[in-house]
Amino acid sequence: MKFKLHNRFKSLLGGLLAINLLFVAPAMASIQEQASDTAKVEQVAAPAVTADSTAALADSAATTAATDSATVSASSSSSSTTTPTATTTKEEKKIDPQVYKNLTYYILLFLVLCTVVAVIGKVQSIYVLTKKVNGKYNPLANNTLQAVLLFVFLVGFLGFVWYGYAVWGSWSWRPAATEHGKDIDRMFIITTVIITVVLVLVHIALMTFTYIYRMRAKRKAYFYPHNDAIERLWTIVPAVVLTILVLFGFFTWRSITNIPEELKKSALQVEVLGEQFMWTVRYPGTDGEFGKRNYKLTTPLNSYGIDYNDKNAWDDVKGDEIVIPVNKPVRFHILSKDIIHSFYIPDFRVQINAVPGMTNYFQFTPTITTDEMRDKMNDPQYNFVMLCAKICGESHYNMQKNVRVVTEAEYKEWLSKQAKFFTEDLQKEFAQTEGSEKKDERIAASIN
Amino acid sequence: MSTTVISHDAAHHGSHDHHHETFLTKYIFSQDHKMIAKQFLITGIIMAVFAMILSILFRIQLAWPDEEFPILEVFLGKWAEGGRIRPDFFLSLVTIHGTMMVFFVLTAGLSGTFSNLLIPYQLGARDMASPLMNMLSYWFFFVACVIMIASFFIESGPASAGWTIYPPLSAVPKAIAGSGLGMTLWLISMTLFIASQVLGGVNYISTVLNLRTKGMDLWKMPLTIWAFFLTAIVGLLSFPVLVSAVVLLFFDRSVGTSFYLSDLVVQGTILPNEGGSPILFQHLFWFLGHPEVYIVVMPALGLTSEVISTNSRKPIFGYHAMVYSLVGITVLSFIVWGHHMFVTGMSPFLGGVFMITTLIIAVPSAVKAFNYIATLWRGNIRFTPAMMFAIGMVSFFVSGGLTGLYLGNAALDINLHDTYFVVAHFHLVMGSASIFGMLCGVYHWYPKMFGRMMDERLGYFHFWLTFIGAYLVFFPMHFMGIDGVPRRYYAFTEFPFMEKWVSVNLLITWAAIVSAIGQVAFLWNFFSSIWCGKRAPQNPWNSNTLEWTTPVEHIHGNWPGEIPTVYRWPYDYSKPGNDADFIPQSTPLSQTMSSNLLHDWDGNEAGIEAQKAYNREHNREEEG
Repeated sequence: MKFKLHNRFKSLLGGLLAINLLFVAPAMASIQEQASDTAKVEQVAAPAVTADSTAALADSAATTAATDSATVSASSSSSSTTTPTATTTKEEKKIDPQVYKNLTYYILLFLVLCTVVAVIGKVQSIYVLTKKVNGKYNPLANNTLQAVLLFVFLVGFLGFVWYGYAVWGSWSWRPAATEHGKDIDRMFIITTVIITVVLVLVHIALMTFTYIYRMRAKRKAYFYPHNDAIERLWTIVPAVVLTILVLFGFFTWRSITNIPEELKKSALQVEVLGEQFMWTVRYPGTDGEFGKRNYKLTTPLNSYGIDYNDKNAWDDVKGDEIVIPVNKPVRFHILSKDIIHSFYIPDFRVQINAVPGMTNYFQFTPTITTDEMRDKMNDPQYNFVMLCAKICGESHYNMQKNVRVVTEAEYKEWLSKQAKFFTEDLQKEFAQTEGSEKKDERIAASIN
Repeated sequence: MSTTVISHDAAHHGSHDHHHETFLTKYIFSQDHKMIAKQFLITGIIMAVFAMILSILFRIQLAWPDEEFPILEVFLGKWAEGGRIRPDFFLSLVTIHGTMMVFFVLTAGLSGTFSNLLIPYQLGARDMASPLMNMLSYWFFFVACVIMIASFFIESGPASAGWTIYPPLSAVPKAIAGSGLGMTLWLISMTLFIASQVLGGVNYISTVLNLRTKGMDLWKMPLTIWAFFLTAIVGLLSFPVLVSAVVLLFFDRSVGTSFYLSDLVVQGTILPNEGGSPILFQHLFWFLGHPEVYIVVMPALGLTSEVISTNSRKPIFGYHAMVYSLVGITVLSFIVWGHHMFVTGMSPFLGGVFMITTLIIAVPSAVKAFNYIATLWRGNIRFTPAMMFAIGMVSFFVSGGLTGLYLGNAALDINLHDTYFVVAHFHLVMGSASIFGMLCGVYHWYPKMFGRMMDERLGYFHFWLTFIGAYLVFFPMHFMGIDGVPRRYYAFTEFPFMEKWVSVNLLITWAAIVSAIGQVAFLWNFFSSIWCGKRAPQNPWNSNTLEWTTPVEHIHGNWPGEIPTVYRWPYDYSKPGNDADFIPQSTPLSQTMSSNLLHDWDGNEAGIEAQKAYNREHNREEEG
């Protein structure tokens, strides 16, 4: 019975191999077709492909590792020629047979790997059997091995954590370039210290206990169902630590989000409108007031949907990038035209979603100019960047706006050079609709 | 009533096939909890493999954003034209990967499998309270899976608005191709899935409350049952809210209502919808969405508790504290959902409140982690593959849970929201930890499910590949998040500051590929052992709980004779005074006079007197 069952799996394996050969066969058949095809279409590609097909033919008899590597090198040489072939025979949209062949090799490689694992398994079980025959078999040997491995893992894990902090941590950590960002950073570091200590201690406990208390033949575990004092201790200590973090976090959060009315008004106002897949920046112009926006007024020309009946809108300025003066509070009004986006500037520790139908605000004070940051980073190309952090469609990964922090004087100069939203074309359009509206009014009046 | 009928049958006919079951009633439309558990498990495994392949596809794109893989075009056609995955299909991949993993694998595959298997077994019930509902629960789930997979075969492609399907992106087909028919199928699939969960949940709760065997009071239930019970309660209370969210979204999409939509100009077209709020959807979604992560992780914690205790040969440390912390998590899980919305424009004050509740929920979680470690202390630990996965689960739960302290903190979340830091956090704490809990359950209860043993060495091989692989995949992602790399980015090529992470992406992708191949060891082990594994003994792990008192061959009604009575809690391992290092729950106290503690008698006067007399006679110290 058992033998028979075993055979079934062997035949299954054989079947898999046979299927693989089936894969190989049409690939080789079509490769010859392709070779003659491409010879007609493009003479440069032909030699490489035919050379390759001969290699494949040589391979058909045996699928040993040696020929494997030979064909792989052949395939890599041919892959460079596949692209021109693909472009010339575009209308056919045929897939290069080499692709199927490569797949086959990967599958074969995988099966070889499985065989190796199986062989190692068999060798090990023979080893265990001989030990049993010799009467030297220790049933707990494997148990001890796993305990040791867990301990080795612990060492590796701690090293890995250290490597991560040292290398990737230094890649990722840049001090915040805003006032509130400094508070966030301080809290971030405190949290990091706490959790790193806990992470390390817990893992040391976990994986040394498993080593020390691995099963021994004559030991019995210590019956220890509970200890109320200890349990109370490790309920209260995390609770206290968390309370401190919560209070600290709560007040920081309030200080960022709960800004007094007069500071809201005195800040520089900038409005940012997100849409698939770009941002539009609006400065209020000389009057310091944004013109009203009504999404229903959106036209190809007036894509922002500004209501020009509101005279505040006439001097609104369109920024080609976000430029803000250093050390001055800025209040961003975040809008969305279509779906949810997220206004995210990692260096500033600033993020707020752009939600259609409502305006979100984020007020902050940048403390480092772009030039200073470049010096700091030792990278003359470095830029602050605002990017979309909320899934918003296929170009979500490239929805950005450059952010420049400059001195007050530079800011004024830049602003004066920016175009107005109310362009001449728009003025014309507006005058026309204005005129027709007046006409409408007159008609309505005459009817009355 | 059905219980008595079944017990009658079982008592008289034993295992022989009384009902003349056909293939159809035995394997397909089965109403037997053991078979339904297997159906859930195997469907869950298939979905997990599918979701894993999707993840490998998008990992390939992230690691080699500029290279072509013509083989992808063979399988994916126009979605990978020229051998490169298209950006919108990339979003579909992450969406469906997330949906399948969270709902189909870690909700249905985990609690569906083990609640069905273990609730009747460990409580001493012949079957679930309503076997018919149980069967329906599986079939709703199955149809949901089929519909979700079917969305890969329609022209506009599967849903691609992220697994959280935030409108308006998910509501406006113009915004992304996947929000066409693909999204409709997603919504239908999810509605069916929720029906399945509600049917299952009602069943689990009523079984736990009504069908416990004699002597099995609530405080004698194994922690697994506590976990499943509380999970079912969470699911029953929160899943219907997702139905409401999904149905309203369906109306917005197909009927023209404006629950979630307002002020939209999508690609130049002014939409007529007015007055809705996208934030409403987020509230409804996360009212389920957050409890959902506990629906995912609590069964894993329950299974792990049982496995760690059994294999440490030691009672679980602080049984009551473990139960209370589960109850605490259950209650708190309903009032923390807002921490997903700190930066969405929700009232900042409300955000502050949610931050407080969120960080409180870390306390019961910490208690659980510490109790696991205390259980290992001075144990006599046997490293079965199940135990390895349980230890791995604790490790992931701690590593992933700790980073929750950043994300739960509203001020820190500003900079980490929707970045790779979040991806790293939840993949460790709910992804890897729950998967490890599930695998630990599979290895441990496989003999009960199939009457055969799995191959141990393949189990260890599988464990080490997966354990190391998961850390290599998810740990580096924290740093990308701190740097400010948002999640769901198709390529890191458009921003100079992301370029340094491409090398790390290579490491991650290779680790993912290797551990994905490692899963083949599990699949081979799992499926080949069904037929040619070693035959399992009745109680292979020397465990105390009731399921190991049933015969190895599955029979209708579980126990051939009467259902055993329960006399003690399930964790009498290595009790001093007892020769064997375990005492099954069905062993009467009168048979273990040499190891009983006075409080074991639970206030039974006669028993206590007898014990005192025994203790005097044998010079036992009077303790407890």
